[in-house]
Amino acid sequence: MSVLLIAEHDNSKLKPFTFNAITAASKIDSDVHVLVAGTSCENVSKEAANIPIVKKVLVCDSPNYQNYLPENLSPLVIKVSEKYDHIVASANTFGKNFMPRVAAALDVSQVSDIIKVNGPDTFVRPIYAGNAFATVKSNDKKRCITIRPTSFDAAEKSGGSAPIEKVEAVDIPNTSKFIKREETKSERPELGTARIVVSGGRGLESGENFKLINDIADKLNAAVGASRAAVDAGYISNDHQVGQTGKVVVPDLYIAVGISGAIQHLAGMKESKIIVAINKDGEAPIFSVADYGLEADLFTALPELLSELNKLNTIQK
Amino acid sequence: MKILVAVKRVIDYNVQIRVKEDGSGVHTDNVKMSTNPPDDNAVEETVKLKESGKVKEIVAISIGEDKAQESIRKALAVGADKGIHVKADSYIEPLGIAKILKKIVEKEKPDMVFLGKQAIDDDCNQTGQMLGSMLNWPQATFSSKLNIKEKSLEVVREIDEGLETLEINLPAIVTCDLRLNEPRFASLPNIMKAKKKPMELLNAKDMGVDLKNRIEQLKVEEPPKRKAGIKVTSVAELVSKLKNEAKVI
Repeated sequence: MSVLLIAEHDNSKLKPFTFNAITAASKIDSDVHVLVAGTSCENVSKEAANIPIVKKVLVCDSPNYQNYLPENLSPLVIKVSEKYDHIVASANTFGKNFMPRVAAALDVSQVSDIIKVNGPDTFVRPIYAGNAFATVKSNDKKRCITIRPTSFDAAEKSGGSAPIEKVEAVDIPNTSKFIKREETKSERPELGTARIVVSGGRGLESGENFKLINDIADKLNAAVGASRAAVDAGYISNDHQVGQTGKVVVPDLYIAVGISGAIQHLAGMKESKIIVAINKDGEAPIFSVADYGLEADLFTALPELLSELNKLNTIQK
Repeated sequence: MKILVAVKRVIDYNVQIRVKEDGSGVHTDNVKMSTNPPDDNAVEETVKLKESGKVKEIVAISIGEDKAQESIRKALAVGADKGIHVKADSYIEPLGIAKILKKIVEKEKPDMVFLGKQAIDDDCNQTGQMLGSMLNWPQATFSSKLNIKEKSLEVVREIDEGLETLEINLPAIVTCDLRLNEPRFASLPNIMKAKKKPMELLNAKDMGVDLKNRIEQLKVEEPPKRKAGIKVTSVAELVSKLKNEAKVI
């Protein structure tokens, strides 16, 4: 009875959500093994071995896995999974991409996006954009599971010394080729893990006006989010989208500006600890989930907010 | 080229769902249903490809109860050529759906299968990838831009970090993101014409695949409700509340 976690990383370090997924894995079974598949990813395997709750690290260092193409990664995971009862990964665009391929090859019905572990076979997962929670029991012998990272705390990063074992690469089908990745570079905290998120919607009216959001975000050391409407309208790039099919965020403070609060947007942020809504439409559904609602024109409210924040002696980081 | 496009009929995205008191699921009686939104994007993209001359035939498939035919008819009304309805009266997990689709692919021999990236009811995000695995085909999930070449497909995908470009060999699986295109509405004459387009009727239990669900749904419940909040009257009051009451800044 061991659980195999597939690490998400960029060949130099683990992605933050891997630590959350490791916590979830440890709730399924305490014997957590981590598979690091990549190219020149020795540092990543060392980083994983340092995590106290990790019992063993398997590393497969091969050009086959440089860009995590699911066609290449899945055969390796399938082979390594022989010795495991549970195969888990984060429910983000990394885990969502390859895990169903693994599950189908093993003839396993995957349990997607779990938010709670009730036991080795029983989990809670949101359905209908988080408007209902389903408790489900997997009756497969082997289980493929993806984990909603924001529902679990990040694992302790140092103090462990798990053994690192090498794994041979597996033949790849050569049916897909990586061309490029355009990552949005930002000095701000990552949206998925930021303590504060300031999000803008269609109410911003243009991409230029997102400067008002950015200014508040910089003042609060926050990440910038957006509604689907704002992304669709081209105001901001897709990696900022919060919602059912975008990112799910659970910050201490979520400030929604000019966002009406469509069901699919609420799905991505309504578990936030404190929610602030700024909207000129007092009937907007966003107010129904807001702890503090301010009915105001954002174009006057945001500059005023910035000046009020500037008056504060200290701001938590 | 020939494309198979899969559509699912789900509770309409604008409906506020209600959980049944006995915990067995959500209310679906007299609830507005429609095609899963990203499936509309999948259909639209196939129609655009046909209009560009790159694709000859579009086959739209849906698996589900009789009313799933509404989603197929909608696809036919915007440009699909033929429909396949695989009748299934109860819920089938993505694993079973992928097995049925594999059977259809083996018979129809399309060059590509298009699907929405995720259904907004069970939010599984599995079917396309599972089908790719079963067929040993490459996949492009979360696609937001496509360029079909002779024997391959160049795809831009929306990933957490931004955008990724891949080139995958045909035949291939494409799962569609909402920004791939703007789905069109069917005109009344086309809706009428769609009624005459062929629709093949099959039954899930005659497909010769194991459809037994592996996941038992023990209970469906409402998520914990948020406590009602307050309205503040000024920005200064908001900042003071955040600082002194919520203590988050």
